[in-house]
Amino acid sequence: MGFVKLYFRSPPAVIGLILLLLVLGMAASAGWLYPKDPLALAGRPLIWPFTNPRFLLGTDNSGRDIAAQIFHGARISLQIGLVATVISVLIGITIGAFAGYYGGWTDTILMRVTEAFQTLPNFLLLLVLVAVFGSTITTVTLAIGIVSWPASARLTRAEFLSLRNREFVQAGRTLGLRDASLIFREILPNALPPVIVYASVVMAIAILLESALAFLKLSDPNVASWGNLIGIGRDVLRVQWYVSAIPGVAILITVLAVSLVGQGLNDALNPRLKGR
Amino acid sequence: MRIFALAGRRLVASIPTLFLILIGVFLLLQFAPGDTVDAMMAQMGGGDAATARDLRRFYGLDLSVMAQLGNYLWRLVRFDLGFSAIYGKPVATVIAERLPATILLMVASLSLAFFFGLILGVVAARGVNRWPDTLISTLGLVFYAMPTFWFGLMAIVVFSIYLQWLPAGGFEDITIGYQGLRRTLDIAQHLVLPTLTLGLFYMAIYLRIMRGSMLEVLNLDFVRTARAKGMDETRVVVHHVLRNALLPMVTLIGLQAGTMLGGSVVVESVFSLPGLGRLAYESVIQRDLNTLLGIVFVSALLVIVVNFIVDLLYARLDPRITTGT
Repeated sequence: MGFVKLYFRSPPAVIGLILLLLVLGMAASAGWLYPKDPLALAGRPLIWPFTNPRFLLGTDNSGRDIAAQIFHGARISLQIGLVATVISVLIGITIGAFAGYYGGWTDTILMRVTEAFQTLPNFLLLLVLVAVFGSTITTVTLAIGIVSWPASARLTRAEFLSLRNREFVQAGRTLGLRDASLIFREILPNALPPVIVYASVVMAIAILLESALAFLKLSDPNVASWGNLIGIGRDVLRVQWYVSAIPGVAILITVLAVSLVGQGLNDALNPRLKGR
Repeated sequence: MRIFALAGRRLVASIPTLFLILIGVFLLLQFAPGDTVDAMMAQMGGGDAATARDLRRFYGLDLSVMAQLGNYLWRLVRFDLGFSAIYGKPVATVIAERLPATILLMVASLSLAFFFGLILGVVAARGVNRWPDTLISTLGLVFYAMPTFWFGLMAIVVFSIYLQWLPAGGFEDITIGYQGLRRTLDIAQHLVLPTLTLGLFYMAIYLRIMRGSMLEVLNLDFVRTARAKGMDETRVVVHHVLRNALLPMVTLIGLQAGTMLGGSVVVESVFSLPGLGRLAYESVIQRDLNTLLGIVFVSALLVIVVNFIVDLLYARLDPRITTGT
């Protein structure tokens, strides 16, 4: 496999993979390392990190274990990031594929809608969606997916435009294949790689969007989200700044890992573009 | 003049987009639990059903959704954004009060991001794969992955709480009531941290794009020609490469205008700046849907205006665009 070799030749890509495995490990081990509810009271409030062996990373304003929230938060962040990315890429691919394949009026209308989504600041639309549909973890994930599809739609459309008149598609058309099977079975597999690579960017942004929403106390308050913890720590920022600092580092590492892996995949898939 | 015609045509083409956004968000807000009258009644401390009915009739909320939408759009054409029941003022006034802080923040952050992104991108591209490049690229990645609001909080801890160099929030010191130049300086001092917070994230994007586009242009034939005729490297970069490498950067301004406005929601909340973003957040919390819709309209308008300016800039940087191909 030349691809795997190429990937491991780049140090940033390897660092990214290690960090990602670390976060995945945290998410996987949260259940047996911290089996209790991470949002339950555990001890005295505002214990500094590394002072009490029972609470390695200390406790927050109301005495909840920060380490437990970080580990469980890894689950929430990865879950929201992943599901929102899948939703957004699915919407993007569908709209981009139809716009690029059919062209004409379909294209005009679909691109108008895409343009509308791009003109409206995505965080503002996110606020509107949360205001209307409430802020449970399901609606937040859906909302993040809904605001972040336009870029993948444009990417898919561009690929479809360049592929739709290739010979293999014309051959398929002559064989009497229906549009649906031409779009999804013939063209789409060829159009997919750049979209998949771009998905890492979508996931990084999705994680950042959720944390921002949680920081503003507009995300689900009943889950251990890193953004929630930063928002809580803001009230004691003056002295106990660690309550906000620790989850921020966790977000930083996760987003960094996702983007490094995405970049590494991109370089390994398109070796000619390396170094750009 | 052809520049204006071209950019103007794109401006006209964005009007349907604007209406699409407004109709979409208007219909979306119909699903929101509770309307303006509910919010007003809650603020007044409750009232009987008859009052609520009268208020709904007064604000035109008893009509069908389509009639309401028609009314809203018709008022919008006359630049009437409606009335904010929460603030007790016309929405246009509320937004106008909040707009300067946001525009100031955006212009400052964008300048910071563009200027330093450009310089760092050039430095990184000149020393590609050596230590300045590695350092700058790593820094860029870290700034990109950092949640802006978290950076803001940490900056407050360091610069406002421990070092006490800069104020932790607010737009200006109201207690002292500075005038003239002192006031400008005071506002500038308050905006340092918010600008850094919002700007560094975009700087990371700009430097990445600038580095990439520099590397691409540096390999083109006309650069080799310039070097071959004995031009020194600095002149090659400044006169030949920069102008061409700048094009993707300018495109990015237009693409990022919307996300930047979204980012200001968070930054303004961290630093309690009285801006549009904070207003958006407050109107979500207070269910002030009329104001929210007004903000949607103004932000979309702002993004369209920024793109208009970008079109003009683009044509100025690359004359080929206006001569038509």
